Amino acid sequence: MTTDWPILFAITFLPLIGAVFILFIPNDDEIAAQNARRVALWTTVITFFVSLIIWIEFDYNTSAFQFVEERSWLGGTINYRMGVDGISMPFIILTTFLMPVCILASWQSITTRVREYMIAFLVLETLMIGVFCALDLVLFYLFFEGGLIPMFLIIGVWGGQRRVYASFKFFLYTLLGSVLMLLAIMAMFWNAGTTDITTLLTHKFPVEMQTWLWLAFFASFAVKMPMWPVHTWLPDAHVEAPTAGSVILAAILLKMGGYGFLRFSIPMFPVASADFANLVFLLSVVAIIYTSLVALAQEDIKKLIAYSSVAHMGFVTMGIFTLTTQGVEGGIFQMLSHGIVSAALFLCVGVIYDRMHTRNIDAYGGLVNRMPIYAFCFMVFTMANVGLPGTSGFVGEFLALLAAFKVNTWVATLATTGVILSAAYALWLYRRVIFGQLEKPNLAAIKDMNFREVAFMAPLVVLTILFGIYPSILLDVMAVSVNNLLTNYQAALAEAGQLPALAAR
Amino acid sequence: MYSAIVFLPLIGCLIAGFFGRFIGARGSEIVTCSLMVLAAILSWVVLIDVGLNDGGGRVEILRWISSGDLDVSWSLRVDTLTAVMLVVVNTVSSLVHIYSIGYMHDDPHRQRFFAYLSLFTFSMLMLVTSDNFLQLFFGWEGVGLASYLLIGFWYQKPSANAAAIKAFVVNRIGDFGFALGIFAVFFVFGTIDFDTVFAKAPEQVGKTIEFLGYQIDVITLICLLLFMGAMGKSAQFLLHTWLPDAMEGPTPVSALIHAATMVTAGVFMVARLSPLFEFSPTALIVVTAIGATTAFFAATVGLVQNDIKRVIAYSTCSQLGYMFVALGVGAYSVGIFHLFTHAFFKALLFLGSGSVIHAMSDEQDIRHMGGLRKLIPFTWAMMLIGTLALTGFPFTAGFYSKDAIVEAAFAAHSGIGMYAFYATVIAAFMTSFYSWRLMFLTFHGKSRAKQDVLDHVHESPWVMLIPLVLLAVGSIVAGFLFKAYFVGDAYQSFWRTSLFTGTGNTILEDLHHVPKLVVFMPTIMMVAGFLVACLMYIWVPVLPLLMSRMFKPIYLFFLNKWYFDELYDWVFVRPAKWLGRFLWKIGDGRIIDGLGPDGVTARVIDVTNRVVRLQSGYVYHYAFAMLIGVALLVTYFMFATGGVQ
Repeated sequence: MTTDWPILFAITFLPLIGAVFILFIPNDDEIAAQNARRVALWTTVITFFVSLIIWIEFDYNTSAFQFVEERSWLGGTINYRMGVDGISMPFIILTTFLMPVCILASWQSITTRVREYMIAFLVLETLMIGVFCALDLVLFYLFFEGGLIPMFLIIGVWGGQRRVYASFKFFLYTLLGSVLMLLAIMAMFWNAGTTDITTLLTHKFPVEMQTWLWLAFFASFAVKMPMWPVHTWLPDAHVEAPTAGSVILAAILLKMGGYGFLRFSIPMFPVASADFANLVFLLSVVAIIYTSLVALAQEDIKKLIAYSSVAHMGFVTMGIFTLTTQGVEGGIFQMLSHGIVSAALFLCVGVIYDRMHTRNIDAYGGLVNRMPIYAFCFMVFTMANVGLPGTSGFVGEFLALLAAFKVNTWVATLATTGVILSAAYALWLYRRVIFGQLEKPNLAAIKDMNFREVAFMAPLVVLTILFGIYPSILLDVMAVSVNNLLTNYQAALAEAGQLPALAAR
Repeated sequence: MYSAIVFLPLIGCLIAGFFGRFIGARGSEIVTCSLMVLAAILSWVVLIDVGLNDGGGRVEILRWISSGDLDVSWSLRVDTLTAVMLVVVNTVSSLVHIYSIGYMHDDPHRQRFFAYLSLFTFSMLMLVTSDNFLQLFFGWEGVGLASYLLIGFWYQKPSANAAAIKAFVVNRIGDFGFALGIFAVFFVFGTIDFDTVFAKAPEQVGKTIEFLGYQIDVITLICLLLFMGAMGKSAQFLLHTWLPDAMEGPTPVSALIHAATMVTAGVFMVARLSPLFEFSPTALIVVTAIGATTAFFAATVGLVQNDIKRVIAYSTCSQLGYMFVALGVGAYSVGIFHLFTHAFFKALLFLGSGSVIHAMSDEQDIRHMGGLRKLIPFTWAMMLIGTLALTGFPFTAGFYSKDAIVEAAFAAHSGIGMYAFYATVIAAFMTSFYSWRLMFLTFHGKSRAKQDVLDHVHESPWVMLIPLVLLAVGSIVAGFLFKAYFVGDAYQSFWRTSLFTGTGNTILEDLHHVPKLVVFMPTIMMVAGFLVACLMYIWVPVLPLLMSRMFKPIYLFFLNKWYFDELYDWVFVRPAKWLGRFLWKIGDGRIIDGLGPDGVTARVIDVTNRVVRLQSGYVYHYAFAMLIGVALLVTYFMFATGGVQ
């Protein structure tokens, strides 16, 4: 389906226009800061509503890319190509939906360099949307790596005490992956003669080459995900980042790894994907158990949630590499659900951090006495984190595990222990923060969430439950594209002389 | 109508939960209670319709998860088994709702309490009306959530919070098995709808599946994994530790969730899945063994507990074991019969003890009670009826159902059946003993309470006593009124296809033909237990003390609940915490970061430091370095070119 105006171009670059506006706000006083906030909020809200048009006009019955735009760029070989399918579309909506939330969450907590902060966020939005829209390898790479810069700045400038260490660690890890991916992209270009993703999807890379390309891409995506053992940047980055930074990091940036597997690794290197599936299973299972146990020992709220994110991403990689319909859909659903739930959990931390300026679990206790609304929201998200049926967290986990059982019972059994551990660390956190007597004197005057905070929390509560009860909203969007992905994958394996291990159910 | 039964409590929950602050505590009570009563009346109508007039059916509500060939809906399935459960759940729940108006009268958070109660009821109804494994799991975890919230209702108490988490996590261990069971069902049958799975089950008999490297019989594997869930929810041996601690919750909660309804979900599940379990003799043996062991084990612990609610909690645990014994020997309707009668008398006992606690200004230790019969005679009478029904006094509800279980265990004529028979007979003796011990210590003899407590002892208000009366009526009549339907002549027309018995399963017929001694065995045990209790607590009151000294190790072993809590703490909780710390500090900190980013930066800094030292600023240093460089280059070229020649 095509519309007569370039909608993807519009939503990708709308935030940039907002950023330019903010750039031209004169002075640097409180009024200017307030104006910057307003411009940023309006820009993101408008972008969100415009992006909804994609969903409304989206054709559920085709796996082809929709809303395709093409302009020649960089000498004809490397072009500006954009388009979405059922896999990327939900991520775009997730991004545009969370941006206004982030701006609102930063309304009062950011007081220094507000203009620059808002510009950084708007630029980041452009780059993130670009990642999910790009249909050219080089364009994708630009967006993918470009996103690092504003994030690096957000952590490095507006972060906590150890922000420099955290931002460098973040940069070091991601850089390692990027370099390898860039080499792989060049190799792909020399082999296929184009960087057009739609063409590359049908191009058959030599089997031997696939192995190396797969590993190079894997290095980058595994760091982004993050998978064990390259996850240690995440807790530090989360802890030091400002609330909205954590939200974006957990909700969107982590998803780029999973998206990358689905867009590149599996369709372009199917044989290598099949060969390496067991490696991914191993790392996923280790991640689930290892990081869940580590989460149990945390004393910092944000660190705990960060480790739990790593565990949840383990379910994603496991699901995707089962290469079955339930597994892949489960993986995607888990990413989207985690995008909402982890974002909400970090926002919850932000709410109390703004009041008390500490993330230490021991500094809290008994908040329910003064903050019942907060306690309710936090409970909903805790339960979603635990994967309670009826919340969005359950659906993805369930589908991924269901698929894993079909492929390997060891993987499924070990990964399912994650549901026990997640209950343990999440409920224990909740108890230490929310329940008990309100004994700490400095908490005695703490206030419940104000209107602004309720305004950004309420939609998240609603979505968490809605997607848990009626997940078809999302599953229907991705069904055809996932089916196409797996059909092509099976065909490619058959062609390469490897009988498909399992029929796509 | 089915939708109304299930969703009325949810509506009540939402109104009380979200609008509680506007309609006030009284408003919330009225809304939730009246909706519950309505649902309860409707469920009796359904039971009559389904059980006697061949009604029932299936209502589709909404698509839930559809992915590939997995297609699951929210739907309500009503057959006889469901109808019986609807009646149990809604009747007890509505009575508990009403009772709570009085019991929670002074609590400032009544809206929240009633919202939770209704939420629980809704989840439980979703559980019993489920038409597929996944909705069963939804209800299963939903009641777990409600139970967690209600155990921890008094969130200021650290013990209540700990108990709530324990309940949730231990249940999750069971659910771990349950979830794997669902995966296995889907793997084997390609669907998780009950009807299709049940229809296909006979095809799978004798086939095996690879699980964790072993070849296991398909149906046995599925049943055992699912049964793990049942063990968690129904607090069976090994996964029972959460139930006694759950008594931290308000007493009406204990009556509703931890006696009458939620904990029986495991029993319901096995009965519901009888078309699967019937094809796996191995799984049935495990069910019987676990049930019998629980019945015996929990009774031994119940003998020596001093907290009035904990005694009843262990009694619940033990009675659930009885139900599983019945299921395990293939007498599904007998298990459900006991579930049905037990709901009445156990709820009665709990609510009665709540009335005692209420009267005693929140005292729960029976060592500090005594002689209350004259002060609260009405409560005493109600407790007496409950005790008679529990111990199986002739013609009360428990008499019919419990005797049927013991007979069924004997009639199984198998090794495991005999084990279950002895275990349940001994447990029947202990049940009678601890029940009467509780009665005597609480209501008879001289009072051991403080005078100021005694001064305030009062009978509970009518809003608490009316539910007691209704439950007492149920405890007396539920047995002989329904006997014919559950184990007698009307079995076939009442249950129709909702319970499955394989060909060759004649246990329901056989249990009517056991020796007379077996038939009288439970009654004899009941009398014996009563006499021993009389001896120890009425006639020779020093005897308990002497015996606890004489058999000190056994006494301590029972008092400390066979040291399960300590064992689990050492085996699971501490290692998990230690491992978490270890992986964090050593795994992440030393190894991954040490070799990764931190190591790299440290090396980079080392190298730069050395380079910096080289830059001394003296010209002759540089000149010297350059000289060496030139010399090396020249040498290299000389040798390199020389090599070619």
